[in-house]
Amino acid sequence: MAPKTLYDKIWDAHVAHQGDDGTCLLYIDRHLVHEVTSPQAFEGLRMSGRKVRAPEKTIAVPDHNVPTTLDRLKGIDNEESRIQVEALDRNAREFGVVYYPVDDIRQGIVHIIGPEQGWTLPGMTIVCGDSHTATHGAFGALAHGIGTSEVEHVLATQTLIQKKSKNMRVEITGKLSEGVTAKDITLAVIGETGTAGGTGYVIEYCGEAIRNLSMEGRMTICNMAIEGGARAGLIAPDEITFNYCEGRPNAPTGKLWNEAVRYWRTLFSDDRAHFDKTITLQGENIAPVVTWGTSPEDVLPITATVPAANDFKGGKVNAAQRSLDYMGLTPGTRLQDVEIDAVFIGSCTNGRIEDLRAAAEIVKGKKVQDGLIAMVVPGSGLVRLQAEEEGLAEIFKQAGFEWRLAGCSMCLGMNPDQLGPQVRCASTSNRNFEGRQGRGSRTHLMSPAMAAAAAVTGKLTDVRELM
Amino acid sequence: MEKFKQMTAIAAPMPLINIDTDMIIPKQFLKTIKRSGLGVSAFHEMRYQMDGTENPDFVLNQDAYRNANILVAGDNFGCGSSREHAPWALLDFGVRCVISTSFADIFYNNCFKNGILPVIVTDKELNVLMQDAEKGSNARMVIDLESQLIETSDGKVINFNVDQHRKHCLINGLDDIGLTMEKAASIDMFEKHMATNAPWV
Repeated sequence: MAPKTLYDKIWDAHVAHQGDDGTCLLYIDRHLVHEVTSPQAFEGLRMSGRKVRAPEKTIAVPDHNVPTTLDRLKGIDNEESRIQVEALDRNAREFGVVYYPVDDIRQGIVHIIGPEQGWTLPGMTIVCGDSHTATHGAFGALAHGIGTSEVEHVLATQTLIQKKSKNMRVEITGKLSEGVTAKDITLAVIGETGTAGGTGYVIEYCGEAIRNLSMEGRMTICNMAIEGGARAGLIAPDEITFNYCEGRPNAPTGKLWNEAVRYWRTLFSDDRAHFDKTITLQGENIAPVVTWGTSPEDVLPITATVPAANDFKGGKVNAAQRSLDYMGLTPGTRLQDVEIDAVFIGSCTNGRIEDLRAAAEIVKGKKVQDGLIAMVVPGSGLVRLQAEEEGLAEIFKQAGFEWRLAGCSMCLGMNPDQLGPQVRCASTSNRNFEGRQGRGSRTHLMSPAMAAAAAVTGKLTDVRELM
Repeated sequence: MEKFKQMTAIAAPMPLINIDTDMIIPKQFLKTIKRSGLGVSAFHEMRYQMDGTENPDFVLNQDAYRNANILVAGDNFGCGSSREHAPWALLDFGVRCVISTSFADIFYNNCFKNGILPVIVTDKELNVLMQDAEKGSNARMVIDLESQLIETSDGKVINFNVDQHRKHCLINGLDDIGLTMEKAASIDMFEKHMATNAPWV
């Protein structure tokens, strides 16, 4: 038998029908749903008298619009946001899908609670009307974002019309230096490939530095595969994966668990499997990084200076100038001299317990600089609870952070958590696009530890100096 | 879905690379539970100033391009968020075809589901088309999906590739869900197979 990649194996195990032209119907094991990209899909079903084919494999949660302030159970002030969340409430109940409403302790960002509740398991196909579905690839599951028309297609048929992508291998060798985290790896990779470098590919991340990451770190890596343009990111499951999954509410138990693990152990890329493209980065050479521009590919080590537009080539010259103007940065400025106005710690990229631990370790016993907007938004109600039990919440509050309820929050500001024009933010989220955190706002992407360091000093900071 | 066969229309030049879906339709317009009405908000932050008035520098605010139905754009168009609101906004504005050197994967898929044709061309071809689009409203481009070609206002012809299944659906305005439901027996069989082979799923 020809050697296969991990992607090949998962793909082959899910083809329900193959057409003469290679177009496949790919069976979907888990369909995650949130309030922003689903109302038109449910309405489509209603209009055509269709049902949800597999409601027990469909998991819904409101996350983008929900306020994160402590009084949110009083209701949502913004009428459109309220209507959208109410529509999900109604659709979830009418179509009988699994649902975590806003007042459930298990509510949170869809990509945080899927793994947390054991819905996400190795070898599965997982989709959601959300580009950061790539997160679930950390389990060795083929997971990617889809549009609302495809959400309707999956609701109705539990399949997706797909053509296979190409295979890319991203290897991170060796060990990471102190202060360097999964976020730095994933940003460094995008800095290397560019935001279109992964277009047409599914990326498998491998190498010693990836193997040594926790599930939380692996989720951060795969989460941003989409920012490199890839359809999905994958990491082969191993003992770390199985240990994370075991005992989760929706994971198999007993004999089924053993059977599942036996199968999961076959999920790796065979020796000599064909990759269309391979990139290798040495873990030792990755530094703590930040973004300076308005594309996630605008990545530099924190020790660098702001580039000039002329440092780039082709269409990037104009794009870089536009970014510099938007970000209010002068070429040649040391990144560590850039002062910030806000800090956001949270999102599906970095809203898990390990992220909060890393940030708390930096801010412990210190204070957030006066005048900064600073908030920590746990990725789920259960992450929040755990952080409170571990004393992390107290550390954040003592330092001067706001300690919020779970949701997508300021990663995209669909709820009231938005920044004003020219407000500069050290953010653990995934996109630094123009206007992403509020019209005119300026986003610098970085790891939770780096964001925590920036909160303490009031400017972009090399976290290694605070360790 | 409206059929797409052939069109002759004004093309607007947008030479910027990495135009993301947040730019095409910002977050505040994603709160709708409908598909329609987003055209007026397309490219909102580039198109309108802080006080809500039009930004005269933005291409679609210039008289020549107000009725553009084609966009000629820089590399990696539609990157970022999966929001189908982006093609809904373009469609509602009147855009039926976007030409670039590459598209982000999810946006590319979303276009076909909404009767919009995304066309991938080479760097050289994009330069030719960008220059043609810059001529303004007197210059009309022809997009012929059946023959898979673009014709510039001065008669240069550029051929393009498109997936034949997608072409067929676009030309005939076909609904994917209906087509897939015809294969329900295959899906039933697959589910039975999985129930035996991977009962933990």
